[in-house]
Amino acid sequence: MKPLVPVSRARKVALGIAFFVVFVAAWSVATLGGFVSKTFLADPLTMLVEGWELFAKHGFAYDVGITVWRVLGGFVLAALFGVPLGIAMGAFKPVEAFFEPFVSFARYLPASAFIPLLILWAGIGEAQKLLVIFIGVFFQIVLMVAVTVGSTRRDLVEAAYTLGAGPRGIVRRVLLPSASPQIAETLRLVLGWAWTYVIVAELIGASSGIGHMITDSQALLNTGQIIFGIIMIGLIGLVSDFAFKWANQRMYPWALH
Amino acid sequence: MSKLVIDGVGRTFPGVHGGAPTLALTPVSLAVADNDFITILGPSGCGKSTLLRIVAGLDRPTEGRVLLDGAEVSGPGADRGMVFQSYTLFPWLTIEENVRFGLREKGLPVAEQASIARHWIRKVGLEGFERHYPKMLSGGMQQRTAIARALANAPKILLLDEPFGALDHQTRGLMQELLLAIWESEKTTVLFVTHDIEEAIFMASRVVVMSARPGRIKADVAVPIAHPRLYTVKTTPAFSSLKARLTEEIRAEALKVEGAALPGD
Ligand SMILES: Nc1ncnc2c1ncn2[C@@H]1O[C@H](COP(=O)(O)OP(=O)(O)OP(=O)(O)O)[C@@H](O)[C@H]1O
Ligand SMILES: [Mg+2]
Repeated sequence: MKPLVPVSRARKVALGIAFFVVFVAAWSVATLGGFVSKTFLADPLTMLVEGWELFAKHGFAYDVGITVWRVLGGFVLAALFGVPLGIAMGAFKPVEAFFEPFVSFARYLPASAFIPLLILWAGIGEAQKLLVIFIGVFFQIVLMVAVTVGSTRRDLVEAAYTLGAGPRGIVRRVLLPSASPQIAETLRLVLGWAWTYVIVAELIGASSGIGHMITDSQALLNTGQIIFGIIMIGLIGLVSDFAFKWANQRMYPWALH
Repeated sequence: MSKLVIDGVGRTFPGVHGGAPTLALTPVSLAVADNDFITILGPSGCGKSTLLRIVAGLDRPTEGRVLLDGAEVSGPGADRGMVFQSYTLFPWLTIEENVRFGLREKGLPVAEQASIARHWIRKVGLEGFERHYPKMLSGGMQQRTAIARALANAPKILLLDEPFGALDHQTRGLMQELLLAIWESEKTTVLFVTHDIEEAIFMASRVVVMSARPGRIKADVAVPIAHPRLYTVKTTPAFSSLKARLTEEIRAEALKVEGAALPGD
């Protein structure tokens, strides 16, 4: 193996799948081989059976749907406000000086600690779930976008000025296109965090969703269902991640390495 | 009347962390006539880039002023095109879109943008690369695009800051011929910064030599070689004697910078 030498596409896929195989094999040996008690960890087969029952008997599809809806809702809301604010902060230093200290402070407030307050303010309905996600990701988006826009190559900005661009042209035709791929990458990353927050929000005071199912299963000591729920989250995350990556490569062919 | 007047322009950079301020450029005066091709030759760090950036409006002088067609320069604008030493094509735009950047900013009709871009892309020999992205092009091709992009805007003066500095010797020679051919046909006013003596003489009608830091103008030498010039002029006696003279001037300046480090010279 040589550093930084790329692998072929087929090999990359094969290697990626190989790890999943190793992972499931180790899990099977540990559980089916009797090394770990069933009470603590269900084996892969039980997990699949439990998963099937979840969908067939407990309407799990609805839970999955509602969780996906919450993640997307909170994420889109945060992006809708966070991206423009981040761009304004990155482009205009007075705007940055005004918001940056507060945003940096707010970024460290754990969204999960707000849940009791949010339940008080917004009840246990959808608004509360969306707010948890919003608080969790909004400030991160703002800061990361601001840094991306602020670090636009100065020589490109200067070149645009000598070509007759004004402040408007600089923002719209240099800062935005230059920052776009990195902003898309930021959103991809942050979508992953939104998943963490939605599950936390659903563990406390929810009557539906994947997180709610997991709390229910815990009461019944059904580790098969818990693991199935977790894997479900992972799979959805994987799919959305691929979709994001694919879209980014389509939209920004010039940014490919 | 001179097209560009640099009138006692000096630049001092404030000291870092309370240190002494840096005098990058002692007040320099220079007049550039219409259709002139002037090269500014000077050792590294003498303030060539600083001077050019002030003319472009990207930096402000701490004293003096720059006049273009009698109007004082107060900021960057499309009337002064610039080609930088680093590659500054917009990576998200194709070659054609890069060349159109300034035209679009001016709000020209799309058809006109396209025909102007086509003209300049042909001039710099990049037909067939219109839809390529900059990273697919060699350094020489990128700089040719940058020249086309600046000239498409029809600037009153073209400023170039060591545009061929990062290119290999052969490519560099070809680029000089290309730029000179464009100048011979278009008669654009050009201010070209370099530290390569041969390059300075080959293209210029006047070579302005700057002293070591803090920079000031040390010599202003006319280049009495007829146009059109082919690369073969580089081996003529007239060229060689000019080169010898400028080499002497520059060596004296370079020694001032490095002299302290040279044992027993
Ligand atoms: N932003 C700045 N702050 C402080 N000092 C600066 C700044 N820019 C340039 N200088 C100083 O001014 C002097 C002249 O710099 P300049 O870049 O104009 O030189 P140059 O002639 O273009 O050199 P080179 O041939 O290496 O490009 C240098 O000593 C440099 O250290
Ligand atoms: Mg320089």
